[in-house]
Amino acid sequence: MDNILKLLEDDATLTPRDIAAMCGQSEADVKKAIDGYEKEGVILGYKTLVDWDKTEREYVSALIEVKITPQRDRGFDRVAEKIYNYPEVKSLYLMSGGFDLCVLIEGKTMKEVAYFVAQKLATVEDVISTATHFVLRKYKDKGVIYAAPEPDERGNCN
Amino acid sequence: MDYSRVLSRTVTGLKKSGIRKFFDLLGDMKDVVSLTVGQPDFVTPWHIREAGIESLEKGKTYYTSNAGLPALRTEICRYMARRFGLAYEPDETVVTVGGSEAIDLCIRALVEPGDEVIVPVPSFVCYEPIARMTGGVPVLLQTRAEDGFKLRPDDLKKALTPRTKLLVLPYPNNPTGAILTREELAEIADVLRDTDVMVLSDEIYAEMTYGRAHVSLASLPDMKERTVVVNGFSKAYAMTGWRLGWAVGPKPVIEQMLKIHQYAIMCAPTTSQMAAVEALSNGDADIAAMVAEYDRRRRYIHSGLTAIGLDAMLPEGAFYIYPRVGDFGLSGDAFCERLLYDYKCAIVPGSAFGAGGEDFARISYAYSVKHIAEALTRIEAFVKTLKK
Repeated sequence: MDNILKLLEDDATLTPRDIAAMCGQSEADVKKAIDGYEKEGVILGYKTLVDWDKTEREYVSALIEVKITPQRDRGFDRVAEKIYNYPEVKSLYLMSGGFDLCVLIEGKTMKEVAYFVAQKLATVEDVISTATHFVLRKYKDKGVIYAAPEPDERGNCN
Repeated sequence: MDYSRVLSRTVTGLKKSGIRKFFDLLGDMKDVVSLTVGQPDFVTPWHIREAGIESLEKGKTYYTSNAGLPALRTEICRYMARRFGLAYEPDETVVTVGGSEAIDLCIRALVEPGDEVIVPVPSFVCYEPIARMTGGVPVLLQTRAEDGFKLRPDDLKKALTPRTKLLVLPYPNNPTGAILTREELAEIADVLRDTDVMVLSDEIYAEMTYGRAHVSLASLPDMKERTVVVNGFSKAYAMTGWRLGWAVGPKPVIEQMLKIHQYAIMCAPTTSQMAAVEALSNGDADIAAMVAEYDRRRRYIHSGLTAIGLDAMLPEGAFYIYPRVGDFGLSGDAFCERLLYDYKCAIVPGSAFGAGGEDFARISYAYSVKHIAEALTRIEAFVKTLKK
């Protein structure tokens, strides 16, 4: 069953029929397995990787280191929840090391992102400090290299 | 100058490779979806490329010893032991420019004018012409679809004569995807056991087997003494452009092969050899990942072709599938040409791989699933216009 997850992780456009053929299973079994994964929350969604730099859309992203005071009984979870509910926040991780939360956010302009950090993030109760790092260029994301596909230059030798 | 008077008649008498002929048709045609290439679509894993780059940075731009870097020959022995249970010493190895050179060396070191070389067909295109260039007599042994294109021991037995010098054993097979299991090899070994026939076991696709591990003829009782095993880095490690392979075999044979190699080639490219040490030491996981991917594509394309109505054996090795395309009143050649001209999809006619392939075509699945899917759509559109 891991096989199905691996395939979908790499290419969410594969149909149950494709996957069934590749794994040597029946289409019905694959559909059932995917339904199961979705219900259990193993599969949480299907998205597309977009290189926004190649479009007209204004786009900027940043990684923000956040230090917080953990709350009694609830640790970091309550603060995390307050932060991830902002739609600007695309990813949020609890980290080991020099800071506590790693926030990945997206916005239209640097100004917009800076405003979000100053007005919203920094003012969340228990947040001690923030450090904002703007992403200048994405080379690779989710295992995909951000470059135009190369033409097939393989020679026909054998 | 009248070149026909100066050129070697042995060479001018060789047929142009059937694969080449088809690729000449393909030429510069635009928008063709091709499933023709016989090489991985993966790039050489980064750690292996890095080892090559590092060797250049450090200025390792010299020749190595003729037989290859000692470290590489040692790694080859370790690899043969680890993967196929075969014990070789470094002086029973020679590092070559691709598996192709190893095949050439082996045939040249063994075959004299008039010696018969048994070549099961369909198979890769080089054995017959190389045998001819040494004055050998190729004996083509037809394998059949109903046997899964496996060499039948009784056919082999019938083909043996007092002049038989060498049997070429091309498994896992290009173009059919057939393999030989240990049991099947044991039957072939029984035929060979009390003869002086040598074997050139071309195991370049040894890592590309699905569901069961490759077995080398040399690992069967009494077979090591008569077998030269050819392998290489091209397919297993996606290193085609590095041009690196090897042969292992009985020392007296390897020594003579080495002599030819020394005069013709000197040594295999040093940068490639440096990268290859890294490949053999730390590349097993890369192979596993690539083979898992080929396995998915193999099932995918087999199921797609079957749905279209083209009969093909589920390949057990290499990365080709070999469907029967001759059931529509068209020869394999005509099928492939019309598919190319009318539907812009390229596959290789089976006739390119020797007699008996006229009703078949070779399709490579060393391509992305999206690419394969598009090709299948085109093949289906074409087949729908034909009647069985």
